[in-house]
Amino acid sequence: MTKEELLSKLKTIVTPYVQNTEGLNALNENTDFIKDLEINSANLVDVVLDVEDEFDIEIDNEAMEKMIDVKSSIAVIESKLAAK
Amino acid sequence: MIRQDIIQELPYSRPFLFVDEILAIDEDHIKGSYRFKKDEFFYAGHFKDNPVTPGVILTECMAQIGMACFGIYLLGDNWNRDEIGVAMTSDEMNYYKPVYPGEKVFVTSEKIYFRFGKLKCNVAMFDEDNKKIAKGVIAGVSFKK
Repeated sequence: MTKEELLSKLKTIVTPYVQNTEGLNALNENTDFIKDLEINSANLVDVVLDVEDEFDIEIDNEAMEKMIDVKSSIAVIESKLAAK
Repeated sequence: MIRQDIIQELPYSRPFLFVDEILAIDEDHIKGSYRFKKDEFFYAGHFKDNPVTPGVILTECMAQIGMACFGIYLLGDNWNRDEIGVAMTSDEMNYYKPVYPGEKVFVTSEKIYFRFGKLKCNVAMFDEDNKKIAKGVIAGVSFKK
């Protein structure tokens, strides 16, 4: 999976939870889920669970804590996919 | 089984405690009950001269039994009343019949997931004849205060 495909899938996953649509339109590697997209912490859990389903991976507590922005989420997803 | 040990851990008190008993509890389900007192504070205004339990209070009752009591049980040793707070983060509810002063209600809650401190459940409320009062989905989180 290319980084563009991964980014596109991640964008689809976060979309229903985003409160700031301008942040979503400008989504890039540096986008912060809470600051830029205004996703609340409860919905951040849903993002992680949806990531698990979409990529068929398991996210543990340690990985979850890293997933606060697009760049680190992609890194977590890539490392979990590589470990499969 | 009343499980006073769980109820006394709840961060609510009168006039906003809507749990009398926990009737059954395990890792996947909880069932509890509450009898709405005839003199609950909200009957004075909801409605004028026609006391009916507000839907938001029914949801609160379902959240206190189906989320807070259940969550405290699921957290086990990780629960600490002084250090952990709870908050409802979403609810989607349908209501089927009114609840009048003095009625006893039963709440069931079934875990959808409990991950990363967030509990999401299918909840339902029934009357003493087992008729459905309300049904929906509630989610909540626990967090360090």
